Amino acid sequence: MELFTEGEPIADTKAPDGPVEKRWETRRFEAKLVNPANRRKLTVIVVGTGLAGGSAAATLAEQGYRVRSYCYQDSPRRAHSIAAQGGINAAKNYRNDGDSVHRLFYDTVKGGDFRSRESNVHRLAEVSVNIIDQCVAQGVPFAREYGGLLDTRSFGGAQVQRTFYARGQTGQQLLLGAYQALERQIGLGNVEMHTRHEMLELVVVDGRARGIVVRDMVTGEISTEMADAVVLASGGYGNVFYLSTNAKGCNVTASWRAHRKGAYFANPCYTQIHPTCIPVSGDHQSKLTLMSESLRNDGRVWVPKAKGDDRDPRQIPEDERDYYLERIYPSFGNLVPRDIASRAAKNVCDEGRGVGPTKLGVYLDFADAIERLGRKAIEAKYGNLFEMYERITGEDPYRVPMRIYPAVHYTMGGLWVDYDLQSTIPGLFVIGEANFSDHGANRLGASALMQGLADGYFVLPTTIAHYLASGPLDKVDASHPAAVQARRDVEDRIARLLAVNGDRTVDSFHRELGQIMWEHCGMERSEAGLRKAIDEIRALREQFWQRVRVPGDGEGLNQSLEKAGRVADFFELAELMCIDALHREESCGGHFRAEHQTPDGEAQRDDDRFAYVAAWEFTATGEPAVLHKEDLKFEYVHPTQRSYK
Amino acid sequence: MNLTLRIWRQSGPQDKGRMVTYPVDDVSPDMSFLEMLDVLNERLILAGEEPVAFDHDCREGICGMCGLMINGDAHGPQRGTTACQLHMRQFKDGETIDIEPWRARAFPVIKDLVVNRSAFDKIIAAGGYITAPTGSAPEAHAAPVAKANADAAFESAACIGCGACVAACPNGSGMLFTAAKVTQLSLLPQGQPERYTRVIGMVDAHDEAGFGGCTNAGECTAVCPKGIPLNTIGRLNRDYLTATAKRGDTPGS
Repeated sequence: MELFTEGEPIADTKAPDGPVEKRWETRRFEAKLVNPANRRKLTVIVVGTGLAGGSAAATLAEQGYRVRSYCYQDSPRRAHSIAAQGGINAAKNYRNDGDSVHRLFYDTVKGGDFRSRESNVHRLAEVSVNIIDQCVAQGVPFAREYGGLLDTRSFGGAQVQRTFYARGQTGQQLLLGAYQALERQIGLGNVEMHTRHEMLELVVVDGRARGIVVRDMVTGEISTEMADAVVLASGGYGNVFYLSTNAKGCNVTASWRAHRKGAYFANPCYTQIHPTCIPVSGDHQSKLTLMSESLRNDGRVWVPKAKGDDRDPRQIPEDERDYYLERIYPSFGNLVPRDIASRAAKNVCDEGRGVGPTKLGVYLDFADAIERLGRKAIEAKYGNLFEMYERITGEDPYRVPMRIYPAVHYTMGGLWVDYDLQSTIPGLFVIGEANFSDHGANRLGASALMQGLADGYFVLPTTIAHYLASGPLDKVDASHPAAVQARRDVEDRIARLLAVNGDRTVDSFHRELGQIMWEHCGMERSEAGLRKAIDEIRALREQFWQRVRVPGDGEGLNQSLEKAGRVADFFELAELMCIDALHREESCGGHFRAEHQTPDGEAQRDDDRFAYVAAWEFTATGEPAVLHKEDLKFEYVHPTQRSYK
Repeated sequence: MNLTLRIWRQSGPQDKGRMVTYPVDDVSPDMSFLEMLDVLNERLILAGEEPVAFDHDCREGICGMCGLMINGDAHGPQRGTTACQLHMRQFKDGETIDIEPWRARAFPVIKDLVVNRSAFDKIIAAGGYITAPTGSAPEAHAAPVAKANADAAFESAACIGCGACVAACPNGSGMLFTAAKVTQLSLLPQGQPERYTRVIGMVDAHDEAGFGGCTNAGECTAVCPKGIPLNTIGRLNRDYLTATAKRGDTPGS
C-alpha cells in the first residue's frame, strides 16, 4: 500500500503583498475590528496556558471577549514554558552590536535552514521588541547591569547579543508574567479558568471550529463547551519519543484530535534535538533534563582525541583533547546552532570517543571560564544550573567537566496555520509550539519564548478579531448533532481503553514507541530505517489496543487512563512523522537524512525539490495521508548552504 | 537498594485514608524519587492493584506540581530540592520511607498524594500582578532598576508555588508564598502604583482561602526548594501595616 497520496497545493497563505517589512502593518490595518460592545457577546476557548495560551487568554480578556481557558495541570502557572531556561531574543540592539529587526529576521530564516515563511518570520522579529517592553511593564525581573538597564547575552546561531534573560529561569519569569495577567482577568470575571481539564475532541459545526469536548480529570465528567472560536496553545509533541525534555504530561492529543477533524499537520518530522542535556543514566529514566544552551557561552565542548580514553577528564592533557566544535566551526565555535552541535556530538560518540558510563556523552568544560572569570562570576551566571546538574548526577561541575548528550527538546512541526495563525479549519487558531509557523526546520535558541509571546500577546488578538468580525455565527449549543457525536466519540474511546484489560502497562508501550522513534526518526534518518519504523509502529499500535492494561474506571482521577489516551494519539502521530521524514529526501535543519549529506557530513538541502511546507491531511487511521505542498518563496534571504565555519 | 514504603492511600475526598506498606526492591541510587514511585506503580498495575496517584509534571524542579511529605519533610531530606529532583542516593538500603500528601486546611486531598492547591491561584488573582494590559507598555529602558533591587526581586520571583511552605507550617499558613510575590513586585518601580492595594487584596484572599496566620515559626523557609527568605514576610508585614494605615485615612482608597 502507498504511504501517502498527493493533493492540491496550498495556494494562499493570506500574507499581504508588498515589501516584507510592511506586511504586518498592512494586515493590522486591513483586519476587521470588533466593536467593544460586541466583544462581550463572543466566547473564545483557549486550550493551554503556557506562554502562548496564557498571554492570548489574558489579552483577549483585556480586550473584552469572554474567554474560557483550559489546562491539564492544577494551575495555569505550571505549563511547560515554565521550564525554559536560557532567554528570549529581541531585536532591541541595546548593545549597539549591529542588531536590527532585519538581522533577527535573517538569522531566524537562516537558522531554520530556509524552510520557514519569510512573512511570518519578519513579523516575529518586528514584534520581538514589544515583547520585552510588555514583560518589563509586568514586573518580569530580567537580569540587569549595574546602571539599571537590561543585560543581554549570546545564544547559538547569532553573532550579536540579543538574548534577554532572568538567570537560568527566563521561561518561568515570562510565564509568571503572563499567568499573573491571566489571573487578574480571572479575578475580574473575564476568564473562566478550568484547571485539571483535558481537551479530548474538537467540535466542528458546518466546517467551523465551534467547541471542544473536555474531561474533568478530577471527577471524570465529560462535557462539551461551545464557543465562537477555538485557540489551541497546547504545545509540542516531543514526548512521542518518551524520553525528552518535555514535562511528563505534554502531549499531542489536542492537536491530533483537531488534525483528525480536518486541520492539516505540517512538517511533523522537524524535531529539535537539543545538544546539551544530562545523559541517560539507566532504564528507569522517565525524562531528560536540559542544561541551558547559554552554558555554551562559557563552556567548551570536547572529547578525548583517542578512542576509548577512560582517564579522569582532568588527567587528559590539553593536546590530547579534541574541542571539536571549535575545530570544525571556527567562526561560531561552541555556539553553532543546536542541530549542528547535536549531530557533531553524535558523530564523535559514533567514532567511539564518547565519555561517561554509557559512552553516549561529551564534556562541557568550564575550567577555562572559571580561571578567566573566577568561580563567583560563573556561579552568578549559571549557579542554579550547576546545582541542578549536581543533584541529578552527584558530580560537581565546578570541579569535573559536565557530561552532556543530545535529547529531544522541541518540535518545529505542528498544525499548519496561515499568516493569521488560522488552521485549515475556519475558527480554529493555533499558536506557540503547537503550530509550525516560524522556525522552519530548526529553531534557534531563545526563539521559542519569543514566538509564544508574539503569537499570544500581539498576533492572535489582531487576527482572531478579523475572523470574529466576519460573524455573527449561527447560534449552536451542545445539543447540535456534531457536538453530540464528538462527545460520544470521547466516551467510546475511554470505554475502549478501559475494556482491553490486557497485560502491559501504558508506559511500557510508550517507552517502546519512543525507542523506535529515537532509533529511526531521531538525529539521523534513513529510508530503510524509516520503513522499518513504520512497520514496527503499526504492529505496536495493534498490540496496544489488544494488550494495554488501564486500571480503574473513568469516574474520578485516573492517571493511567489519561496517559493511555495520549499514547494512543502518539502512535498515530509517530507514523505520520516517519512518513514525512521518508518523503523529504533531503537533509535540512533537525531533519538529517543519511543519504543526503555533503562530503564533509553537513546537511544537504534540495531546494529544487523540497523548498515547501509539507502539510498533511488526515484520512483514516492507517490509511494514506494526503500531502499538500505550500511552496516557500525567498525574496529577501537567499537560500545558501548554511555555513557556521 | 531495597526499601519499604509506607504510603498514604485515600480514594477520594470523602475517604478517611490510611497508610499502606509496600516493599520495593532493586531501586537504583540514580533514580529520582518519582522514578522510584513509577517503578512501584508499574508493579501495582500488573498485579491488578490501583497505582498511587501523585502530582508531577516537569520533573526538573521548576513547575511546582510535585509535592510529597517524605518522612515528615516537605520534598524530603535534601535542602533546596523538589521531590522530583531528589535522588535515591539520598536514602539508605533497607530504609523505611513514609510518603504523605501536603496536609493543610487550604489544600484538601483529592486522591492519595494529590491535593488541591487552587487557593494559591486565588491569592494571585486578588492582586499578585502589575496591571499592564497588552500594548500599553512603555519602552523597556524607560525605568531603570538598580541591580540590587532587580536581583532581590528575582530571588523572590523564583517561587514555584509548590506549597511546601504551607505543608511545613504548623499553622498551615501561606504567608511565605504571598510574601514572595509582594516582595518581588514592591521592589520594582513598575509595582509601586498598586503596592498597597495589592498587599491588602492578597492577604485578605489568603485568609479567606483558609490558610492559617504566620507566627514566625520559620519552617516554611527551611523547606522551600527555592530558598525564598523569611525576611520577605517582614517586608509584607511592613507594607501591610502601611497599607492599612493608608486605607484608614486616604479618601477613595
